[in-house]
Order: sequence, then C-alpha cells, then structure tokens
Amino acid sequence: MRYIRPLSIEDAVGQLTGSSGTAAILAGGSDLLVRMKGGFIEPELIVDIKAIDGLSEIRETAEGFSIGAAVPCAALGENAALKTAWPGVVEAAKLIGSKQVQGRCTIVGNLCNASPAADSVPALVAAHARALVIGPGGKRTIPVETVPTGPGKTSLAKGEIIEAILLDRRAPRSGDAYLRFIPRTEMDIAVVSAGVNLTLDEQGVVKAARVALGAVAATVLLVEEAAEALIGRKMDEAALERLAKVCAGACRPIDDKRGTVEFRRKVAGVLARRAAMTAYARAGGK
Amino acid sequence: MNFDPRYSGRNFTSVGTRPIRPDGVDKVTGRARYGADFNMAGQLVGRVLRSPHAHATIRKIDTSKAEKLPGVKAVITAADLPDLTDGDAAMYDILDNCMARKKALYDGHAVAAVAAVDARIARQALKLIEVDYEVLPHVTDVDEAMKHTAPLLNDAIFTEGLEEKPVKPSNVTKRTQYGHGDIHEGFGQADFVVERSFKTEQTHQGYIEPHACVANVSSDGTADLWVCTQGHFVYRQHCAQLLGMEASKLRVTSSEIGGGFGGKTHVWAEPVALALSRKAGRPVKLVMTRDEVFRASGPTSATSIDVKIGARKDGTITAAEATLRYSCGPYAGMWAEIGAMTAFACYRLENVKTVGYEVLVNRPKTAAYRAPSAPMAAFAVESAIDELAKEIDMDPVEFRIRNAAQEGTRSSYGPVYGPIGIGPTLEAAKNHPHMKAPLGKNQGRGMACGFWFNFGGQTCTDLNIGMDGSVSLAVGTVDVGGSRASLSLVAAEELGIAYEQVKAVVADTSSLGYNDMTDGSRGTFSSSMATISAARNAIKVLRERAAQMWDISVDDVAWEQGHAVAKGEKHGNLGKLSLKEIAAESGKTGGPIAGHSELVADGAGVSFATHICDIEVDPETGATKVLRYTVVQDAGKAVHPTYVEGQYQGGAAQGIGWALNEEYIYGKDGRLQNAGFLDYRIPVCSDLPMIDTQILEIPNPNHPYGVRGVGETSIVPPLAAIANAVSNAAGVRMTHIPMSPPRILAAIEAERAG
Repeated sequence: MRYIRPLSIEDAVGQLTGSSGTAAILAGGSDLLVRMKGGFIEPELIVDIKAIDGLSEIRETAEGFSIGAAVPCAALGENAALKTAWPGVVEAAKLIGSKQVQGRCTIVGNLCNASPAADSVPALVAAHARALVIGPGGKRTIPVETVPTGPGKTSLAKGEIIEAILLDRRAPRSGDAYLRFIPRTEMDIAVVSAGVNLTLDEQGVVKAARVALGAVAATVLLVEEAAEALIGRKMDEAALERLAKVCAGACRPIDDKRGTVEFRRKVAGVLARRAAMTAYARAGGK
Repeated sequence: MNFDPRYSGRNFTSVGTRPIRPDGVDKVTGRARYGADFNMAGQLVGRVLRSPHAHATIRKIDTSKAEKLPGVKAVITAADLPDLTDGDAAMYDILDNCMARKKALYDGHAVAAVAAVDARIARQALKLIEVDYEVLPHVTDVDEAMKHTAPLLNDAIFTEGLEEKPVKPSNVTKRTQYGHGDIHEGFGQADFVVERSFKTEQTHQGYIEPHACVANVSSDGTADLWVCTQGHFVYRQHCAQLLGMEASKLRVTSSEIGGGFGGKTHVWAEPVALALSRKAGRPVKLVMTRDEVFRASGPTSATSIDVKIGARKDGTITAAEATLRYSCGPYAGMWAEIGAMTAFACYRLENVKTVGYEVLVNRPKTAAYRAPSAPMAAFAVESAIDELAKEIDMDPVEFRIRNAAQEGTRSSYGPVYGPIGIGPTLEAAKNHPHMKAPLGKNQGRGMACGFWFNFGGQTCTDLNIGMDGSVSLAVGTVDVGGSRASLSLVAAEELGIAYEQVKAVVADTSSLGYNDMTDGSRGTFSSSMATISAARNAIKVLRERAAQMWDISVDDVAWEQGHAVAKGEKHGNLGKLSLKEIAAESGKTGGPIAGHSELVADGAGVSFATHICDIEVDPETGATKVLRYTVVQDAGKAVHPTYVEGQYQGGAAQGIGWALNEEYIYGKDGRLQNAGFLDYRIPVCSDLPMIDTQILEIPNPNHPYGVRGVGETSIVPPLAAIANAVSNAAGVRMTHIPMSPPRILAAIEAERAG
C-alpha cells in the first residue's frame, strides 16, 4: 500500500489516473478507514487530499457557496452565513456519525461513499447542489444526484475527484430542512430520511420546491411529484397529506435489518411532511 | 474452620460509606491493563478461521498452503485439540465450540487458527486454509427448531425429562417442570383468565472490551495465561482439562475487565491460544474482533413463552402456568429451566406450573447474561399480570402487593422464603413520587417486578498485615463491579482501621486456593464473607501478639476499634495497642501476621426489585423515548452504596437496550446480519434518562453484615416494565421484544385497522 499527500489537485488527479490497482481518496477517512480495518478493501494507493490548497475552505461567492472536498462537517456548523442560507444542509451534515466523526468526515466523502442512507445527500439533492468535478479530461459541474449510481457506486471516471460542492445564493423567502429516522438518538444510520427545500412568494405560497428521500431506494430519490404537491399551495393539510402519500408511493424500499418495506413507506411520508413544515417555517411561511 | 456467618445487627463505621474507588485513577488515565494490554517479547498474533455457514459438515481442512507462508509459526485445527474429555459431555461441548470437530454448527464457529509474526500475515494465512464444507439445512428460530420437520443439529440427542423415552432424536434436549398445587383446580376458581404468547429475540451482553488473552506455553510443559475473564480459576480448570495439563502447571492471571455480564464465564479463544503457543513454541496473543465477539461468543437465549394466569374478582391469583422455550445455540443448556424457576418467583401462589424446553439452534452457544433467563420470563409473566390487573380493574401495583410472596411463602421453584424484599420494594414503588407524576400525550407508565436467586460458592481469601500496619487483601473473585472497594471497606470495618489502610488485589491462580467465578452476584457477597473470616483470623493472631507483648493471657485481650485492649482488673493500667504498633513488633513476636479464609459461602439471600418507567411513543413512526426510570431494589446491606446504585442503573440501562432495540438478526442463509455496534443497537448516553435508584436494606440472615448480591436483579424487570409502559402509551399490547420502531408502528397500525 502506498500513501501519498499531494499539494495540488492536478498532482492528485495525475496520481489517480496513473495508478494501476485499487486507489482510494482519503479526506476525513471516516468511511475509508473503517472499510480498511474491517478488511473489506485493501487499496494499493491512498491519495490524501487534505494538504491541497483551498480544499479545506468554505468560500462565499457571488453565485453562492463553494464547500471544499476536505472541509469537515463540523466546520459547516461553524459557518454562520452557510447556516443561515442552508440550515437543512448543515443540519444533515451535522447528523453524520458522532461529534468526533463530524470533526473528520466531509460531505463530498458522504456523497462519494454512495450509500443510499447517507445523511447529507438528500439535503444536498433537495438544495439543488452541484459537484465540481476535476479529472484528466478537465473540469465539469454536475448535479449531486447524478454522482451515486447505486450502493457503493458512482458515475465518476478513473482519475476524477470532486473538488467542491456548490450551493446557490439563497433567494428571498427560502428554507430547507432535513429529517431522518433512527432507532437511537444519535450515532446511527438513517432508516428513512427526507430533505425538503422551498421558496415562497410574497403571499407565502410555495413557488419552488424540491423533495428528496433517502434510504428508500438504491440511490437517493428526487421526488418531483412530491414537489408538485406543494407548489402553488400553502402548507395546508390537504397539501401535506398529498405530499406524504406521494412520498410513500415513490419509495422503492427493501426489507432489511434496519426496517421493513411498510415501515419505510409510512415513515418516508411522515418525515417529508414534518420536514416540509420546518422548511416552510424557515422560509417565513405562516 | 469456626466461622459464624449469621447476621448480627451492628453499627457500621466503614461499610455504607462512599470512598473513591481504588481502581479509578488507573482506569480514567488509561494505565489500567485490560486483556489486550498485556504483551510479551516475541509474541505471535493469533487469528481464527470461522465458518461462513450456519450448518455444515467439515469434510476436509487443508492447511498446507498456510503453513508454507513465511511468517506463519503454527496452524491448528481440531486435530491439535484432541478429545481428552473422557465422557464429560459438558466439557466435550466446550471443546467442540472452541474448535469445530465434525460439523460447523453456526455462522462464526471456529474451524482453524493460525499464529503468525504479524496480523497481516495471519490474515493472509487464514485465506490460504482450504475447508471443504458440505452445507446442511439449518434452523435459527426457536419455534421452528422444535418442529418435527426441522433440520437436526445432533442426531444423538433424545429429549430428556419426558415420561417416555422418545424414539426419535430431536432439537429439544430437555424438558423440565416446576410448581406445586393443581392448576386445573386453580383456573376453575378464577373469575378472570389472561392467556398470552410472547417472543424475545437474542441479545448480547455487549461488553465494551472484546475477549483477549496472551498464552505462553513453555517447553517444560508449564504455561501462563493472561486473560480478561470473570473467573480465572474456572478458566484454568477448563483450559488445563482441554489441553491435558495439570491445573497447577497453568497459572492464569486475570486482567482488568471491561465488562462481562456473564459473557466472560466461558472459554472460547483461550484453549486455542494455548494450543497455538504450544505448537509454535512462542507466546501467542489472541484478541477477538467485535465481529467475532458477536458471531462467536455467548449471547443469551431467544425465547418463545406462553403464559396463563387466573384470578378472582378480589384480586387473588388462583393459578399460574407458563411454557418456556429457550434457544441454547448448538449445545445442551439449562436456560429454559432457569426461566421456569424464576418466572413466578415474585408471587405467593397455591397452584403454579412451569415447563421449560431447551432448544438447539444454529446460533452461537448461549452463555449467561446477567440473571440469565430471568428477564424474558419476567417480561412474559409481568405483561400478563398487568393485563390481568386491567381486567379485574385493579391498580397494577395493588394487584402485585396483594399477591406478593412473603417470608414463609413456598416459592414457585420449591424452597420456602426467609425474609425477602418483594413486598417492601412494591410498597416503596407505590409511595414513590414517580408513581404520581403527571403524564402527557402519547406517554405511558409501566412497572414490573423481578427476582434473582443469587449465588455464594467457593471462595478463598488472604489478608496480610505489613510491618507498617497496612493491610493487603488478596481475593480470587475478579472485580467486575467494584468489589475491591467494597472488600476493602469490609476489611477496614472488621479490623477497625481506615479504608485507606487496606489495598485489595485480585490474586492469580497460583497464589490462592480455588475460587468460583464472579457470577450469580456472588463477588461481594461471598468474598466479603471470606474477608470477614480472614480478618477475624488475623485479629486472633493480633490478640496473641499483643498478649505476648504484654506477657498476659490471650484470653484477657480483646479487639476493639482497631486496637488490642487488655481486659480484667489486673490489666487495667495497660494502654491499648494499635494494629500498627503490633505489626511493627511482629518480627520479634512470631513473624508476619496474616489471616486466611477458605469457605463455601452458603445462604446467598434472594433478591427482588420493582421498576417504574415512563415512555413516550411517536404514534406516526413507532419511535420511543424513555422519559423517566426508577429502580427500587433490596440490597440486604449496601456495602458501597455508590456501586450498588451503579449496578441498579447498569442493569436498567442494559434492559432498556434489550427491550427497545437490541437483537440478533439472521438472514435466510443463517448468517448473522448485524455483528457490530452500528446495527446491534445498545443505547447511547442520550438514549437514556437519569436512572433514579432507591436502595432498600432487608438484611440477609446468612451474612454477618446482611449483604445480598445486587448485580443481576436489576436487569430482570426492565423488559416487562418498558413493555407495560409502551403498551400503555401506544394503546396496544406489545408481545415481541425488542419493541423496535417497526414493530411498534406495525402494532399500532394493526390496532387502528381493527
């Protein structure tokens, strides 16, 4: 096993492109090291990206926010502007693992680990986040929901690295929220989760909405029909009922050690409804 | 030996105080040495190859490729642990569990092991071992395993305890029955009868420290073993017998222990480490991973229990019956029998019958888990008791008080009780402010009682007085719950000296006589008895030495508050001699001063508890929150009340985990799906409320200070107390433990659907 710590992103891309065996990118390591310790993978090359300039920064730009690939989730919670603009994304990132894990883990790592139950992903999908990808073929920007393609699988090509996650500048009267269900209070994996992102008009009517569900299919689901249930409405009971029903119907869950199909369907609806109410309140809706 | 263990009401100076624990500083600073903290020069890394199949015949094992890998120093299979058990069936089962002989009987069953110069090579070597399995049909569910069509784990097993010897082999190893009276007559007198069936899933003790040991077998045939265990003398006996050694040639030293709860009373890795060391000629360190701990140590039984209880309108129980089926893993056990004994132990019953069935399944061998078997039986019985109280329209506490066992009651398992604490714990619970606290929406309150036998057993203790007057106490019961502090308090009390003057250690197997292990809540009960006895023997010597120093008859020397006092008119002018002064002169008066004790601590007083808890249920998701929890338990005499409270809280915490989320989940392939703390959900700190405790002291007549064991009873009521609380909060009776959110939500939805 070879461990390297390149100082530039180009060098990192070059090393990954040139590697012959299994290569892994190390940022926080909260998934990678666990998998290595458990004997599930034995990478021949480990590329530590933490020393690369700019990757550990959250930058506020004219377009919005750029969150570097090596920024630990705990740092998201300490960025006041980000917290105000995207509270749902921040609360999702701050649910990963434990306090100690949050000091290491990153949202890019969470995305690239490609678990359908990843906490930050439904919130990012709902937030319309994009991933800035750099690779041997240059740079491209893609929606985050196109990164994971199945459990443990991503659309990234050999040599490609996600450099940063990009979030839009916030429109007025917007709010987002994320909720997950776990049997414990913390240090757990989502059995079901829901991220909701809303923008209201001046009358408090939902103008734009995105609803994403986690742990109910092979990848995080962006449920457009659920967004449609909210658009043009205030958070009235009928709209919320419709939202819950659509979300339950959109799930393609499995029975496993963490929950049953029936449980996931039902709770997906409940969480979407609760997250929508929180997002609505955050957007200033009454 | 002339030792009087009877209770004598006395006033205490040290016992009952709360000094800081002697093992505390080392534990919080990381200096304490646990199982994996011991290392030797030249030690090898041991690793175990485990069956990926739930049930398979082992046709052949080829270790030749692994043996050729550079850095591998030994590879062993069952052939390296020949059967020396000489017809001892229980020992043969231990041997077969340590290393599968003909069949792998569960996912995780050890089939081979290696010792190599480092972990990487050891892991590689495991991959080079070729095992030819013939996969067999398996069964992991206790009810399925009892069916005639179930795959048989062992075709040499014919159910014992039936009226007629069966002609066909079965997975049921034994039927047992307890009780008295005539239940048919009793149910005939009942105005109300409740009959219900319950299930509980298999749980693990969840100790934070995995099993770990270092084995060093010398070429002269002697050996040392450093190990994390609840009973190093028992480990010595088992390992010596399995390896064909004389017990005295194997010296076992116990490490600090990061939790055991009954799970460290059985050998698994230790005989394997010794066999590897013997073959390699070097020390071998073997540390289980968490995955191995879950798959291949000893969890508790999964159960299936039917309960039927009848009562008259006035609230008197007329008859009680239970059928209990407990999984044992692949080897015979007596887990259902203990369940059958404890099920109705809290009550005064004229007509009672319990039947237990021990059931073999393709799961790891069941081991003891804190009051083993009692929590599941209590869950079933106390749930039915609650329902019966509801049917009669009586308050559940009043109903239990009305039927509680008392001094003189013939228990459901046979013996007649002496002074016991079930009535007082119920009265205390009834009067506790918790019982009257208001409840909000979706909240429910539950309460339940629990019983545990407690155990005494063989105990040996040395008390040595140094020339500076300080006292070394060497005990043979491993300190799992703070017994070094408690025993130091007892030695200080008996000698009349300060707690700080006493230092207690756990001695190795070559330094003391045999001690049973720390189980059955016996550690402080039995070793305090032995410590009192040893101290009294030392006092006898101290009096003799004082008599010599004064040149008077020993009959005229009394021991009072840490001093020798000359009695009688003619000695009235002699000043008293302190323990320190006598010790300083010991070199001239006959040499070192010591007190020794070996005894069988009979008369462990039975123990009862009543728990109360409040739960909130989210009716939309089935999520639960424990809002408040109160433990009331009889301690006999709390030697160190802080430790006693810790035992009460710890049992409740484990019970909460068991009741709400913990369970072994097997796939259709018979493999364990959640062999780790991520998906085997023990509670984290924020899952628990502050657990309130109330210590009652109803003295045990068979202990000089009235002490009863306190460690186990606290896990008996929680499953039932929480089930009653959840059932009250959710408005539907929960009959399957753990009450995980999917189970609760499904029950609520089913109730709504009618």
